[in-house]
Formats: sequence, C-alpha cells, structure tokens
Amino acid sequence: MAKVKALIMTGYGINCDAETKFAFELAGGEAEIIHINDLIKNKSLIKQFRIIAFPGGFSYGDDTGSGKAYANKIRNNLSEEFSEFVSGDNLVIGICNGFQIISNIGIVPGYSKLGEGDVALEHNNHGRYECGWVDLNVSENNSVFLRGIKSLHVPFAHGEGNFYAEESVMKRLVENKQDALRYSKNGSPAKGEYPFNPNGAMDDIAGITDVSGRILGMMPHPERYLYFCQREDWTYQKEMLEREGKKVPEYGEGLKIFQNAVEYFQ
Amino acid sequence: MKDSVFRIDVFSKGKDYRGEALKKRLNSYGYAVEKIYVSDSYIVNASLSAEEAEKLSAALTNRVTQQFVIDKPYVLNNFDFALEIGFLPGVTDNVAHTVREIAEDLFKKEFDREKSFFSAVTFFIKGTDGNSAEMISAELSNPLINRTKIFSKSDYEKNGGFGVDLPIVHVKEHASADEVKIIDDDEYLSKLGKMGIEDERGFRGPLALDLPSMHAVRDYFLKVEKRMPRDIELEAIAQTWSEHCKHTIFSAEIDGEKDGVFKKYIRAATMEIIKRRGDNFCISIFEDNAGGIEFDENYMVSDKVETHNSPSALDPFGGSITGIVGVNRDEMGFGLGALPIANRYGFCLADPEDNDPIYRSKDKSSRMLSPRRIMEGVVSGVNSGGNTSGIPTPQGFVYFDKSYKGKPLVFVGTVGLLPKKINGKPSHIKKAQNGDLIVVAGGRVGLDGIHGATFSSEALSEGSPAGAVQIGDPITQKKMSDAIVKEARDMELYNSITDNGAGGISCSVAEMAKESGGFVVDLEKVPLKYPGLAPWQIWVSESQERMTFSCSPEKAQKLIDLFKSRGVEATVIGTFNDSSRAIVKYKGEVIFDLDMDFLHNGLPRKILSSVTEKCSNPHPAYAEPEHGVLLKEMLGRLNMSSFEFISKQFDHEVLSNSCTKPLQGKGRVNSNTSVIKPLFDSYKGVVLSQGMYPSYSDHDPYRMALASIDTAFRNAVASGANINKIAILDNFCWCDSLNPARLGQLKEAAKGCYDAAIAYNAPFVSGKDSMFNDFKGYDSSFKEVKISALPTLLVSSIAVCDDVRTAQTIDFKSEGDAVYLVGKTSKELCGSEYFSHLSEKGIISQGGVVPSTDCEKYISYYKKYSEAVSSSLIASSITLETGGLAFALSRSAMAGLIGAEIDLSSVSADSNLRDDEILYSESQGRILCSVRKDKKAGFEKLMGENAKQIGEVKGSKLCVKGISGKTIIDEEISLLHSVYKKRLAKY
Repeated sequence: MAKVKALIMTGYGINCDAETKFAFELAGGEAEIIHINDLIKNKSLIKQFRIIAFPGGFSYGDDTGSGKAYANKIRNNLSEEFSEFVSGDNLVIGICNGFQIISNIGIVPGYSKLGEGDVALEHNNHGRYECGWVDLNVSENNSVFLRGIKSLHVPFAHGEGNFYAEESVMKRLVENKQDALRYSKNGSPAKGEYPFNPNGAMDDIAGITDVSGRILGMMPHPERYLYFCQREDWTYQKEMLEREGKKVPEYGEGLKIFQNAVEYFQ
Repeated sequence: MKDSVFRIDVFSKGKDYRGEALKKRLNSYGYAVEKIYVSDSYIVNASLSAEEAEKLSAALTNRVTQQFVIDKPYVLNNFDFALEIGFLPGVTDNVAHTVREIAEDLFKKEFDREKSFFSAVTFFIKGTDGNSAEMISAELSNPLINRTKIFSKSDYEKNGGFGVDLPIVHVKEHASADEVKIIDDDEYLSKLGKMGIEDERGFRGPLALDLPSMHAVRDYFLKVEKRMPRDIELEAIAQTWSEHCKHTIFSAEIDGEKDGVFKKYIRAATMEIIKRRGDNFCISIFEDNAGGIEFDENYMVSDKVETHNSPSALDPFGGSITGIVGVNRDEMGFGLGALPIANRYGFCLADPEDNDPIYRSKDKSSRMLSPRRIMEGVVSGVNSGGNTSGIPTPQGFVYFDKSYKGKPLVFVGTVGLLPKKINGKPSHIKKAQNGDLIVVAGGRVGLDGIHGATFSSEALSEGSPAGAVQIGDPITQKKMSDAIVKEARDMELYNSITDNGAGGISCSVAEMAKESGGFVVDLEKVPLKYPGLAPWQIWVSESQERMTFSCSPEKAQKLIDLFKSRGVEATVIGTFNDSSRAIVKYKGEVIFDLDMDFLHNGLPRKILSSVTEKCSNPHPAYAEPEHGVLLKEMLGRLNMSSFEFISKQFDHEVLSNSCTKPLQGKGRVNSNTSVIKPLFDSYKGVVLSQGMYPSYSDHDPYRMALASIDTAFRNAVASGANINKIAILDNFCWCDSLNPARLGQLKEAAKGCYDAAIAYNAPFVSGKDSMFNDFKGYDSSFKEVKISALPTLLVSSIAVCDDVRTAQTIDFKSEGDAVYLVGKTSKELCGSEYFSHLSEKGIISQGGVVPSTDCEKYISYYKKYSEAVSSSLIASSITLETGGLAFALSRSAMAGLIGAEIDLSSVSADSNLRDDEILYSESQGRILCSVRKDKKAGFEKLMGENAKQIGEVKGSKLCVKGISGKTIIDEEISLLHSVYKKRLAKY
C-alpha cells in the first residue's frame, strides 16, 4: 500500500519543517516540505496529500501578531484549496506557530468562515518568550491525532501561547469536546499556576481540535520528543529505570501523534 | 481616495498582557506605575482607498482580542501620559517590512520599500508624573535608534493623538567619489588616519589607520599609481586593513619574533597537532568563515565564535542581534554553506545593580546605558536573533566584573552542519572563477553600519560613530538561509559564497576575488534603501543580512529567480576576473582601481614589543569564615547565581537536536555543557562547552590560558565527548593592546594556549580577537576615566560524542550513590571567586598562586574518565571550575534536589590546606561525580588512585565534615537552592 503523504508547509520564517517532516517519516508516512509560494504557484499540488502540517516557527517574525501574516497569505491566495482540503476526509495539524496560523485562518475550532478566527493566542502573561517542558492532560475528545493518548510530556517554546476565547466560544469548545489538551500539574489541572501552565492560557488550554477531530492545533511541540534522549530529564529517568531493572525506552511520547495520523489512512 | 498618509492603532479589547507584564517590570525597577495599555501603531504613507484602509487594518488586527482605529485617537479614560516609541529615520523597522508584505499580498500591488509603512508602539501610562514619564521613556527607548513622543492626557486629546510624522530618510545627494589629498606630511597623514576624511559636513569617521599604514598608502598612490586616491579607495583600504579584519596585533612582529603571536602559538599548535594526528579530524581550519571538523562518515560540523562588543555598548539589543545573526551567516558562508544547528553566547557584564553613571563626553546627554540596560539588551538581542531564526541556543554563560562596565563583551557563536560531499564534490572547497558574476542577496544597503570594522578596532570614546548602530532582520536572513542551505547549494547554483560582515561588500567581494584574481563592480546596481548615498558609503556599508556569491553566468539568473520565489532580493553587481585589479565603477566611471596585492597585502606589519611583568603577592592571611554563612554568600554572588532567566528564554529545543539541556535536573541548575544530536536518524552527538578565567589574567596570564583550555576540554570529557575528538576555539578580548605590558600578557596567554592544545591534542579550529576593549570617558563627577576590560580569553570546545545515550548531566540522581572527586586539590586561590569575594568585603587582597595545570598528568586519567562515562559507570558528572568544590557539590545537589554527606578529610589534597581552601580552591583537572553502589568497584578499578570517594548522596541537606571531623556545613538544599536562584531572578 502506498504510504500516506503529508505536506509540510514552509516559508517566511517557519522553522520546524525538517523535524516535522522527519516525525511523519518515523511514524511510517511520507512527507514533503513545500514553500507556500510554490503551492500558490501550483495550487493543485495540494491534491497529492492527505495531511497538511503547519510547523512551528516565526512566520513573518511574529510581526503584527503571531501567525497573522501567514494566515492572511493563505486566505488571500489559497482559500478555495484549503476549504476543499479541510472539508474532505483529510487531516491538518498546526504546532506552535502552526497553531497560531490555523487559529487565525479559523479552521480550529472552525466556528466561522475561513479566514475568521474564533480563538486567540495572546502574549504570554509574563511577557516573555519561554522554552521548557510541560505536562498535558488529554481530555475526552474525538481527535484522530490523540487516539489512545491520556497524557503527554512535551516541550514548548513560544512568546504568544496564551490561549483566549470568549465565554460563549469556550463553552462551545467544552460542550463539543474540542478542548483536547490542557496543561497539568502532577496529573491534575494546572489551574493557571506557573510554570505548569507556562503562559497564562485560559482554562489551561494547550491545544484544541475542530469539531470533526481531523484538525488539531497545539502550542507544545510533539515533533521535538520523538526519542527518549530528547526528554529534559532523560538521564535521571534512565538511571531510575535501570535501577528498577526496566528497559529504557527508545522513543518519545510525541511520536504517537504522528503515528495516529499515519494509521488513520491505513 | 483616502488621504495618502494615515495612522492605524491596534489595541486590546480585553486584558492587555504586554501592558501588564511591562507594568510589573517597571514596578520592579522602582517606577510607580499603576497601569499600562499598549497599542501597536502603524503609519501608512500610500494611496489606499478608505475601504482598503479598513481592509488593511483588519488584516493587522486579531478580531477575537483586538480592535483598531484609523486616524482617531485611541481614547482611554484611565491614563495620565501617552508615550510613542518609533524608529529614527533609516533604522531597520522589521514590523513595517512585514506590514508592507501583508499589504502587497492583500492588494496585489507593490509599495515603496522604505517610505510606505512605519511602525511604532504607543504606551498609555497611568500613575506617573512628567518627570518619571521622561524616565520611563528613557527606560524603554534608546536615543540612538528610537524617536519618542510624550503627551499628557490633555495634550494627547487636544492634538487628536500622536499624528503621522514620517521617519523618512532624507540624504543630501552626494553621488560622486571625491579625491582625497595625500601629501608627504606626517601630521596631516596621522590626522587623516585617526579622524577620517573631512568634507563640508566634518569628519566622516575614523579610518583607524596608523602612521606606518598611512605611509604605505602615501607611497602606493604617489609612487605606484601616481595619482591621488578617491575617498572610496581610502575607506575600503581602511576596512580591509582594519584590526578587526586583518588582526594586525595578532600578526605583528613582536619582540623580534617575525611570526607574530597567532602564527607562532595558535596556528603552530594546530599545524603540529594535525601532523601528529594524521587523521581526517581537521577538515577546514583557519581558512574559511568558520572551522570544520569531521562529525561522521558523511558530515562535518563547523564552529565559529565572534564578538560584538563595541556595537553592544551603544545599542546592546542591536549589537547582540546583529552579532548572533552575523555569526549565523558565517556558517551559511562556510564551505558551500553549512546549516546553522546551534548557537552559543557569552556575556561579560558589569553588575546590573550598579547605577553610577558614566559618560562618553562632558555632557549629560552622552550617558552610557546602565549595566542593567546593557544586560537586558544583549539578552533580548540573542533571544530575538536566535529564536526568530529557528536556531537553538543551548550553550552559554554570563560573567560579571566591574571592568566590563565601559564595554561589555558579547560572545556569539554558531555551530554548522555540512555534508562532506555535495553531489560527489568536497563541500569545503569553493572558488570564484574568472568570468563569474558577483551576486549579492538579502537586505538592501543604507547608511546603517558604516564604519563598523574600523570602529571596533578602536577604544570606545566620544568620537565613536553612532551610525555604526544597526538592528538585525532575522526573518529576511532566515528566508535567505533556507534558500541557500536547503536549495541553492545542492543545485550547485554558485561556485563560491561568503557572508557580508565587517566592511560590507567592500570586504566580501575583495576577499572572494582573491580566489579568481580580480573584480569589476558596477556600484549603481547595488539595491539601496533610499537614494542619495555616496559611492563610498554603498561600498563599505554593513547593512545586515547580505551574502555574496560567485555564479557562472548561466546560473546567476537561476539563483536570482530562486531567491525571488523565496521572498529574497538578489542582484548581479559585477564580475570576478583574473586581472589582478580591484575595480569599482559608478555609472560607468571608474572610481576605484587598486592593485589586488596592495589591497590585501600592502598593510605594513606592525612591529611591537612587550614586557612581561611578574606579579606575585603572598597568599593572604585571614581568619577562616563560618562555612554555612560563607556558602550562602558565595551562592548569592553574581558569578555563581542561576541565570535561568536567560536559559529559558532562548529556545534550545528547536531543530529537535537537544539532548542535555542548559538547565539540568529537577532543580534546573545551569550546566556548563550541552550535548546535541545533529542528525535526526543517528545517535551521534556534538558536545559544546567553554572555559574562561578573566580573573586570573592580571596575575598569571599563562596559567589563565592553560586553565581555560583545560576547563573547556574537561567539560567536554565530563559530559560524554570522545576524548580524541575534541577541538577548541579561541577568542581573545584584550584591552589597551599597544601597551607593552598588555602585549606581554597576550603573549604569555598565547604560549599557554600552545602548550595546552599540544598536550591535549586538541586543535584550534577557529578564532577571533578583539584588542581594544577600553572605554575612555567621564565618571559621575565628569572626571576623566578609563575602564579597560580584564584581558579575557574565551576557549570554546566542540567535540564529537559517539552515542548521546551515554551523555551525562550534573544532577545527583539517587540516595546512596557514592560521591567521588577526581583529581588533586592544591592551595591555588589567587584570582578565585572566593578571593574575589573576600577582597570585595575588604578582608584580603588577591594573592597566592593562580591554579597550575598539569595537562600531561590530567590527560592520562581523563581518558579513563571518558571510558567511565561512555560505559555508563557514573550517574552524574560535573567539573570543578570557578567556585571550586563547594560550588560543584552545591550544583549537583541543587540540580538533583537531594542532599549529600561529604568528608573533606577524604579529599585528595596537599597537606597544608584548610577547609575553606579545599572547598574553594580552583585547582584544575578535577571532576565531581556520583556512582551507583553496584558500579563502585568497576569505577574504582578503572580510575585507580585518581578518584577518591569523598561522600555519599543522602538526605535533604548538604553536610560537610571538615578535616578535623567537625561538621562545618549543614544546610538544607532547598535553602541553598533558593539563594542560588534569587539574585538574578527579577530580570
């Protein structure tokens, strides 16, 4: 059977394209990095793919607000193709800057027409870019990407990850079970407590899905935790596992998200 | 049609997080601010209809959280003052460039690049009077790059907001090359060299050419060319011959030694090591923009560390961001183009709490930025440059000393990854061919960054050119970098590549032309930000984010088209040839015509002499302090405190290559090494570290250098490097370098470099020097003052780690593990952090001996230790550096958030040592590690006498028994941890 193909968007400062491509490949898929200008020039390219990933990065340097300019570019030039893609049985994932982009495009949570966002990722409440690791709880949801995942230990790095939605939107997210990923502290809700919730996100939201479960946006970076030795505390974990006579794992928790995407088409 | 000039303000509908964070920051600095609202302001100078203006505003606004107003004041009730901060004309405005791109995509038409859009930020501040509004404005802006407006609430309302002043650059047209008079008059020539060319507007800025250099210029023009030089020729010679580019001091004849310091010590060590090794470890050394070593069968890794000190003193943000993106370009221009995979940083700063002003001239407005502003600026410059470029920044340090108050030292480095072969051809070999076109890609040229190279070759003083200040544009560079390293390189679209750094295209073109033998440039083809630049300005401007290529004529257009499709401008500006002449034309007229050999080799070598001063003070006598109190005082010192606030704001996870982190263990303690995994599908790694002991320099520069290399090397070994695959880089940041005593120190340090490198078989693969880190100005009472940075040698190490899964971190892992100290402790405290502490308290003055380094002895047990790490015999590993055993123990314990019981009588030490000396001596060659009980026998067997168990990981306290058997330290780790974290936490 032919491997499923993922389109990895790039250009204008997206910078996690190579590792995102590798994540899909390690998960058993095929992936191709395509510059947005090449896609605009040859719009039918999109038809070759069943998955589109918007990787992390600093598109347009976050100027005028993260993700905004890249989302405008999609809306101005590729809205038809994107509408068609997301209405089909295809998958989209937006990670970090990619989440900022797809929430500006509006495909997560997907309550308004393409090009109109319903949620925002605001400046971190402490006012600074920050990189570290967080724990996430996965609530009951219908996301393809999160099948079989109950929690995630995963790195993050952003200056604008502070999730915000109006009360009515938040309510709808919860009702529809789109509120998939939340920052946690020792398995319990982080309740806004820094550094467990690293940015002040409303209701500890770290990621949301669309209604269908085929589109996922998340601030943390699962593609940065494909191998165990990428974990921030792996030297400690390794010692503990060895002392308990247990095997040290090879892979990291982020891989499962990409495996789920690939398996969806098998 | 809408008025051609209008203003958009975008502001938060709800909670304003930026305003709140800023309020907190200002409160912590003592400003009584109650509330701040921030609005993003865009000034538009373009023909747009009212409908288009609305559409553009909507595109700049997040509809969920923001609102906009067009040409209307953003009316708020709750503020006292409004402050607008924008850029001065000509300063890079990245946000404005993005707005232009947004507008162009939205309306499918082009706008003038520099005149159509401008950005500013407006702050509405509650709770401040006129005076502190001025102070807040000064706090948030830099007069060298920003323009500010302050309105009271009533003025803001009366004027209907801030209006639409356009910061358009108006340059008085000066589009010709002027002849400069050269006469045989030393006084005239000296002045010309020192002050620069004089025109109707005054002196243009230093050429930084000394009299012997001016004599060479005089002889060349009068005797060889038989004509007067033009300004552009003199300016270009000054750039090419600058200390910054030619390392005139490092290569000068010194004390009758023809080879000079660099060749005799640094280069010689490497050449000898390469010969002795006889392997392929060193691939490209000293010849390119960076140094390259073998990584594995298919790849090499390259490394380069730069300094950006002078610009950072004036505009710390601009200085450090241009520094980091500049050294990224060194990697993009290494060989045929390396992918930047990790950044390094190092900041040598004055105490951020020092508020005593210093001035560049006898004028209050010339006040230098405070040490705190400099620290914040250089940190946020690397934050912005590194994070935005998507290059991880795992490895770095901060070091504080009052000698860095006049000029901070800003080290920035980048590691690159390059396949050894590209399409079957060696990737580190490149050559501009006769007939190749010269292509320049990236940003446009403006007046920013003129005289950067000559400026950094001099001490910072009143005459330093503010025009040297620039701001980086990392996104333009990121677009260019991807197009080069991920596309053009492998399509073989160019024959040679180099970056534009100091001296701009005058240096990059002339440098690359050495490969072909000459060039002709048509200067009017260089894309400009705005008209009116004089030819010499176009030629030497250091406007950022530019690379120069040599392309065969049939491929040049392909390269230009590729760049265009990636949003990057590229242009053919001339041709490389083999004429032996360097020729620049402007609108058809030859305005620059020099012999290539004179341009590159005409600089007379300096002849210098040095003196070596032995300073020896006896080991001071003082009473031993109470140890619990002392340890907490030490952990609260600037040089020991956690700089987590820096580590966590630099993305070290991007590219997915991070294995051991800048903050280690549950306690998140700063480590001195980072291990990265450059390839997605391989466990082979790269170890990065450094060593640096400026506090030893004035006491014993030879030992300082040995210790620095030992530390850089030992750090790599301790965290998992293959001991046979460690390379080093040198960065000499000296001061007052024509002073024979300073030169004596330089020579001694270089000797130390030679000896240690040879002993460790660790070649220098790249280096850089900055010789005049001096400030000449005035103190708070306007008395003349000179502040010279401590002679500072940074030794960086880069090593291959065979399997990252055996890398080690500093944190104690588990109760019951045995704690070992490898190496021997001697009474070596001169220059130590402990003696600095006692000196600052007025208890002693520095004395005794600087730590000696016995490389031959150390290497024998480092080899064994390296084996212990790679065979997973140990559970934690940390070297002893500044702060000695006490600091290493504390760090491992704080990182693991677990205690230890230590017995100093078990430490392998000379017999005459007291407890405080054992704890704080900075003897080299030592590593502290912990070992799981059942691995003790294996470890001891391997290490033999070189490792001694000194205690055990245990409990929640650090308990230390002195040599008499008495408990001298008994402190909760949680308490030590909070002291360690506190000092710099507020930044």
